[in-house]
Amino acid sequence: MTVFLNILIGIGEEGLMYALLALGMYISYSVLDFPDLSVDGTFPLGAVLTGVLIVNGFDPWLCLVISFAAGMLAGMLTGIMNVKLGIIPLLCGIIMYTAMLSVNLVLIKTGTDGMAIASFFTKDTIFNSSLAGLIPKTLGGFALRTLLISLLIVIVCKILLDLFLKTKSGLLLRATGDNERYTTMLGKNPGSVKIFGLMLGNGFAALAGSVIAQNKGSADQQMGTGMVVLGLASVIIGISLFKRVRFMKGTTMVILGSIIYKASYQIVLTLGIPTEWNNFVKAAIFLIALILGGKHVGEFFKKLFRKNKTNREGKNALTE
Amino acid sequence: MLSLNNIQKVFNAGTVDENRLFTGFNLTVNDGEFVAIVGSNGSGKTTLLNMVCGTSLPDSGRVIFNGNDITDIPEYKRARRIGRVLQDPKMGTCASLSILENLALADNKNRRYGLSRAVNKQREEYYKTLLEMCGMGLENRLGVLAGSLSGGQRQALALIIATMTDIDLLILDEHTAALDPKSSETLMEITKRVISEKKYTTLMVTHNLRFAVSYGTRLLMMHEGKAVMDISGEEKEKLIVEDILGKFNEISIECGN
Repeated sequence: MTVFLNILIGIGEEGLMYALLALGMYISYSVLDFPDLSVDGTFPLGAVLTGVLIVNGFDPWLCLVISFAAGMLAGMLTGIMNVKLGIIPLLCGIIMYTAMLSVNLVLIKTGTDGMAIASFFTKDTIFNSSLAGLIPKTLGGFALRTLLISLLIVIVCKILLDLFLKTKSGLLLRATGDNERYTTMLGKNPGSVKIFGLMLGNGFAALAGSVIAQNKGSADQQMGTGMVVLGLASVIIGISLFKRVRFMKGTTMVILGSIIYKASYQIVLTLGIPTEWNNFVKAAIFLIALILGGKHVGEFFKKLFRKNKTNREGKNALTE
Repeated sequence: MLSLNNIQKVFNAGTVDENRLFTGFNLTVNDGEFVAIVGSNGSGKTTLLNMVCGTSLPDSGRVIFNGNDITDIPEYKRARRIGRVLQDPKMGTCASLSILENLALADNKNRRYGLSRAVNKQREEYYKTLLEMCGMGLENRLGVLAGSLSGGQRQALALIIATMTDIDLLILDEHTAALDPKSSETLMEITKRVISEKKYTTLMVTHNLRFAVSYGTRLLMMHEGKAVMDISGEEKEKLIVEDILGKFNEISIECGN
């Protein structure tokens, strides 16, 4: 039982931390309709920057803010490529991601005197200093600190994002993702709105990177691999599972989506699949999420159902 | 006042499909005029509206609006003084926002889209009176997503949105074309009421000759980038469909329609 609960706590922790990434992808993919691959580069940007800053004695909470800002800057560049230079979204992301591979390496090397990984196990992080000190290390035999702090950060981010999406600026962002011409007709430049949306999305991605690096106690470029898949899968799982639930906000859906993604990943792993298949499993979960979330499946089942129904009616007609 | 001076526009320049649509086109629209534009496919009606709005740019020539040369001003900036309803009902509203949110966004046009709350409850009554005017019962469905409305309702909402703030020019780009006959009649009546109430200068492209004859103060028939017919004043008031049908058939046959 204890083992099982500990696994649940682990899923909750990871799910919540990666939910920050899902919130970012929700803005770019779901609100703005922009499949943004640059998060594979901006997620480790947040992680690496945090690693380097903590090694050099920065406050861990301040690192979250700095990472968010750095992510926004990178997102702005992705946006400018798309809006001002007319490059299609997928290629903007690939260009940004490829460039970030170097940027992140240079950041680590300069910040750690030539190392390829920034380790800060012994330093203060958001999970073991200041605020974390107020939470006891274990509650009823379970280590809940990480879970509670992750939950706090996610809830604060979710509430701020929900509030933002209800402001004039937020509504304009939603309108732009929906119908760019509408924004134009309101006398606003849809390009600028889009750039701002991508800034927010990548800000959240870098914030997620920062939080996860702080939990790990180290940061490197490798952490970015597969983040697009993970983030998108969370968004798609969350939205397709909960879209019929009335009054549930998109942000809530994707947070739950992230937790469900982590849970299903964990379930597959406990089946004893060798670790070299990890990324295959991630891809498979993403594929299943896409299939279940797409309308093809819905229509397939509907057709199936309709066929059964007509058959039944046909039989009735015969028996009568 | 709006004027287009010596407009040149070539499509597919330098290819076998080269189409010199406008070669020295001129048009002046006075304040308060309601111009109905008809013409065959490819006659340049929509291109004309696009050049006024900035969606497409002329190769040469100037577009003068309210005494300013707006030829090089981007579309979104021109939109601050221009209201527009497009043919596609999906384009004039946001499907994923409610009627209320659509109206609240439009209500804020030409102001800052900052961090204050988008929907102001105190404006709801005003929105309701605007919606009531359409007679479609939309005033009781403020919370409904615009995407779930019928084409006619969405176009009526788009018209309200386009004319909500103070504008100098209203552009109607075949705004009834995607609707069934009954809905397009209703929408034309709403359009007429809005225009006569607010006295907008209006350019309306339509494929419906009857609409072009019975609405508006001026009729323009376009063909191959030229105005082959331009009727206004008393003559326009007396105009019946039969008067222009002959000419219209002539140009339509020429195009092979």
